[in-house]
Amino acid sequence: MQAKSGISKITVMIIIYMIAVVAVGASYFLTSQNIIVLNGAGATFPEPLIKKWAFEYNEKNPSVVINYQGIGSGGGIEQIKRKLVDFAGTDAPVKDEEMTTGYLVHIPETIGAVVVAYNIPGLTGTLKLDGDTIAKIFLGNITKWNDVKIVALNPELSLPDQNIFVAHRSDGSGTTYIFTDYLSAVSQEWADEVGIGKSVGWPVGVGAQGNPGVAGLVRENPYSIGYIELAYAKIVNMTYAWIKNEFSGEFIEPTLESVSKAAEGFLEEMKEDVRVSIVNSPHPEAYPIASFTYILLYREQNVYGVRTNFEKSNALLNFVWWVVHEGQEYSEALLYPRLPPEVIVICEELLRSITYNGQPIITS
Amino acid sequence: MPPPLLFGKKGSKRARKILSGDSIFKKLTIIFALFILVLFLLIFYELYSRSQLSINKFGLGFLTGVEWDPVHQVFGALPFIYGTVTSSIIALIIAVPISLGIAIYLSELAPRRFRSPLSFMVELLAAVPSVVYGLWGLFVMVPWIRDYLQPFLESTLGFLPLFQGPKFGIGMLAGGIILAIMIIPTISAVSREVMLAVPDTQREAAFALGATRWETIRFAVLKYARTGIFGAILLGLGRALGETMAVIMVIGNRPQISLSLFEPAYTMSGVIASEYIEATQEIYLSALIEIGLLLFIITLIMNVFARLLVWRMMKMFRGAKE
Repeated sequence: MQAKSGISKITVMIIIYMIAVVAVGASYFLTSQNIIVLNGAGATFPEPLIKKWAFEYNEKNPSVVINYQGIGSGGGIEQIKRKLVDFAGTDAPVKDEEMTTGYLVHIPETIGAVVVAYNIPGLTGTLKLDGDTIAKIFLGNITKWNDVKIVALNPELSLPDQNIFVAHRSDGSGTTYIFTDYLSAVSQEWADEVGIGKSVGWPVGVGAQGNPGVAGLVRENPYSIGYIELAYAKIVNMTYAWIKNEFSGEFIEPTLESVSKAAEGFLEEMKEDVRVSIVNSPHPEAYPIASFTYILLYREQNVYGVRTNFEKSNALLNFVWWVVHEGQEYSEALLYPRLPPEVIVICEELLRSITYNGQPIITS
Repeated sequence: MPPPLLFGKKGSKRARKILSGDSIFKKLTIIFALFILVLFLLIFYELYSRSQLSINKFGLGFLTGVEWDPVHQVFGALPFIYGTVTSSIIALIIAVPISLGIAIYLSELAPRRFRSPLSFMVELLAAVPSVVYGLWGLFVMVPWIRDYLQPFLESTLGFLPLFQGPKFGIGMLAGGIILAIMIIPTISAVSREVMLAVPDTQREAAFALGATRWETIRFAVLKYARTGIFGAILLGLGRALGETMAVIMVIGNRPQISLSLFEPAYTMSGVIASEYIEATQEIYLSALIEIGLLLFIITLIMNVFARLLVWRMMKMFRGAKE
């Protein structure tokens, strides 16, 4: 008797399970008919913004679903090269010679900025620094907070006679890329000894994982300095320095506006090639440690074989078009700078250059 | 009365048919067991083949190189090997006496009613995720090391180069201490099991000869269980060598070889976890995978060693019972 009732229970469960499978499958089949799924992967820095865009765009266009995975710029490039994703996100641009699987168009989607955060107990007022001084601190040439170079930039502050504790990222990151790009632009010594990269051979300092790790080190260690991505620094209320704009001589507070202006200093160069570095911007009000973060798209879209068709590429381009236009409305609320209008014009040109079987997709 | 049949209804034919399922089951489990071996070989092969580029370019110089510069593509693993080995040794120096103390108390001295709850708590500690240890380390232990331990060590043992240098809290010492805390549960739990396995006849014999409590523990228990305890220590060492997250959070992640324990250091698993995701150049990736290969080999050697010791100990027990 017992065995019998056990079997019948199992049978009932199997039937329920089968009904569920059929129902799920059928609903998927019914809805998948007219839904276009766009997959993207890459940089973690713009991930919250891209996810916000994906959500808002889907609200307006229920037939398009966008997925984005923040697996890192390197991973995103790898995946688009393997044709596993329809678009990739990257902080550092891809060079021509690295585009082994087809030309990748770079569409700037927003701008990243890096702040120099510090922790000096008892300091009243904001620390001001210039590029050369920051480079010397991170090279280990300046080791004390009351070094003449720092004091000269901050005559009104009483800086302590304490060793500087330097914190940097230990994981490979776009934040490190922007920061070292800036230091290489303003310091020949840095360019020669260390160079630019997502991971570099740091001459001094202690490494920590991610923005939270560096922020934690700076917060926990008195007399420390470190570099952090702007949005994160704002969210966790870090104290950060104003950086000297070498062209105007002004000390610039890192804000969404001053970061946005960094792009405006390079409009001519951008028309040539959008992959320009925008650190140390000549715009007089620009914050100098900034960089574009890009969406990567194949210039010829028909490279995905059976997984693609004109409708899908068209949906992809419409989404990116929306991102650089209406999508920008959502940027500042999430602490990302807006693209300047001139840059949006350049984005439009770039999007028009993208083709399907040699024919431009966006014609208007 | 014939014995009741476990399988089938009546006829022995059906019973035999089902019993022949035993051999199928046996073969199936052999396949599962072989799966482990295949997995192991695949991991080794994959690590080896994917680090070819780096092996060919740097050769043995990879083992002795002290520079790690992804920008200029110069890769040397020695600072990471040094960091992993040294932090693990510090961990053992701290953890072994404490763990043995715990194990001796729990197996020999603690009142019976305390033994189970205390043992349970030790095992519970082993189950805490390492990132939790790391967070605790960063926010509680590191400030304590910076404000109390390092000044104390410098003022008392500061004549040694080991205890000179910057007092950040973060560094090799912090890495070693966090590892020690993490391997204490492993070592003490296994050592306790080993000590409990020592036959009571050993203890009774020692008492009969007029030995004190201490002499009994020392000569009858510890001496008898020493290979097993050694195996427990090696298991702890294995965990210390491979531990990643907690160490990353407190060791400072700086590839350098310094005598000072106050200086930051870097471990092999740490650099892989930190840099793998954004390593885009082939040679960079290959160098990271080669570090993985080296770590795999080091851990393998430690584990084989531990296993052999445990086997030897088992043989001794069997010998003692006969």
